[in-house]
Amino acid sequence: MASIGGAVKDFRQLDLLATGDTGVHRLDARAKVLVTLVFILAVVSLGKYELAALFPFFLYPAVLMALGDLPVRHIARKVVVVLPFALMVGMFNPVFDQTVLVRLGPLGISGGWLSFASILVRATLTVGAALILVGITGFPAICQALDQLGMPRIFTVQLLFLYRYLFVLSEEGGRTARARELRAFGKKGLGWRSYGSLVSHLLLRTWLRAERIHLAMLARGFAGEFHPRRTTRFGGREFLFFAGWSGLFLFFRLVNVSQLLGTIVTGVLG
Amino acid sequence: MHMADALLSPAVGGTMWAASAGAIIYCSRKLRKEMDTGKAPLMGVLGAFLFAAQMINFTIPATGSSGHLGGGLLLAVLLGPAAAFITIASVLVVQALFFADGGLLALGCNIFNLGFFPAFLAYPFIYKPLVGSAPSKTRIAVAAMVAAIVGLQLGAFSVVLETVASGISSLPFATFVSLMQPIHLAIGVVEGLVTGAVVSFVYQARPEIIQSVQEARPLGATPSRNVLAAFLAAALLIGGFVSWFASENPDGLEWAIARVTGGEESAEPQVGLHARLAALQESVAFLPGYTFKKSEHQPENVAGQESPLGTSVAGIVGGLLTLAIAFLSGILLRKKDRMA
Repeated sequence: MASIGGAVKDFRQLDLLATGDTGVHRLDARAKVLVTLVFILAVVSLGKYELAALFPFFLYPAVLMALGDLPVRHIARKVVVVLPFALMVGMFNPVFDQTVLVRLGPLGISGGWLSFASILVRATLTVGAALILVGITGFPAICQALDQLGMPRIFTVQLLFLYRYLFVLSEEGGRTARARELRAFGKKGLGWRSYGSLVSHLLLRTWLRAERIHLAMLARGFAGEFHPRRTTRFGGREFLFFAGWSGLFLFFRLVNVSQLLGTIVTGVLG
Repeated sequence: MHMADALLSPAVGGTMWAASAGAIIYCSRKLRKEMDTGKAPLMGVLGAFLFAAQMINFTIPATGSSGHLGGGLLLAVLLGPAAAFITIASVLVVQALFFADGGLLALGCNIFNLGFFPAFLAYPFIYKPLVGSAPSKTRIAVAAMVAAIVGLQLGAFSVVLETVASGISSLPFATFVSLMQPIHLAIGVVEGLVTGAVVSFVYQARPEIIQSVQEARPLGATPSRNVLAAFLAAALLIGGFVSWFASENPDGLEWAIARVTGGEESAEPQVGLHARLAALQESVAFLPGYTFKKSEHQPENVAGQESPLGTSVAGIVGGLLTLAIAFLSGILLRKKDRMA
């Protein structure tokens, strides 16, 4: 797990990217959320051994990162950091699945290696899509979109509260953790007892803070519901965005474009 | 451990999403009925607290590795099951979106694995009965430990089931289980220790926090109908999914018989009562040998089948070309530096 300071910095950076003002940023959030979902479903529904069929899907992150002015290296770094779990499980595939599926002349590639590579590519695509969604939409807009799409209001309120206080509590937690670290004389953390005590104190301070927040909100007329200020329309551009990308993903899913292109090219050359 | 999109199939992901969404809707309705406006900021802030606490590590003595709090059980103790589930779900949403921790499709699985088991199983059925109405330090410690261990074991087992049911990973069920369960046993012990410590501390410092939750829902009010429905669903799930992967190797008795007699089963006598009963059984049984028909339920990826990648060279060339086109379009579409 990344250190608390580093994690918050990353969090803020991604949050900051969402305040950009490009064409894709200005689209209604619902379109972007739905397109991301279709993308992930399309990628994930491909068969276990499909590798080349996944490659056309890279068009979506590439185009959106370009249009949304998102820094590629930053997002790539976050994707790489998160691959380990998929890697750890996927790396058993070559061990357990040794039947050769593809022959390149004398070289035989087993199904295990194909599915392992497929897992890595899938992970990159799906994780990248999620990060890009946040980068071009922003968390409050995503919450509002989900609310409009039917998510229970209480859950929306919870997400918005969480988002609002994440920074506050991460900083407080970070300060406490740093204080403990400085008193640990090089050992990493002094064990679970001091951790328990640290967490308990943080919890109590959090609880009291919540009471103060609640009183402040009541004083300002809070009655249990948040009302969104800004409403965006799901207009023609959004529909085009959604229909266009979804159609493309469907096409990629049903037709192995890599295969098609390769056959054409080798046919022309050969 | 968070489930990843890359290991998930749409069917499993969709099912778990439906389950988690249903649970979120149920909890939201319940909370709305309670009408306690003070809970909203509390849940939000505790969610943020959980987030922060999960990022602080501590050393685990004998292993030299570090661990951190999961927090599901702790939230259930502080907030009650419904509010805790919503809070955990919200933390997981933020983690999935901002830290790509577990995918968006796997979010359904993760909310279920990490939220449902601690809040709706471990807390009401293990922690609460063990702690009773007059918690003492030892009682809290023991209850927290057992509840945390069970909750994490169930969560880890779900991850295994979901991965194996999706079929993307080739890891066999038995191997995966033997890897996941012991690791999560250790994690569960640590979680139990920390949760117990925190709850004890809070109970000493501000006992009314714990007590308000204890009194809110006496255990007798849990409709047994819901519990039975949950068990029925679990039984269906196990029967439906897990049975696919039932081993075809002979079970212990059959194996022993085969070794002793050299045959599959002992030969049955052809006459008399035994034969009559055997004939009756054959005519009545409509699932002889636990199968419907002769067709086998094998996952599609049986080794040796025709591979669509027969024209492998074309596939590779095409694949590289599509990758290049994708990246090139990204580069071309990127606007040049804008003059202010």
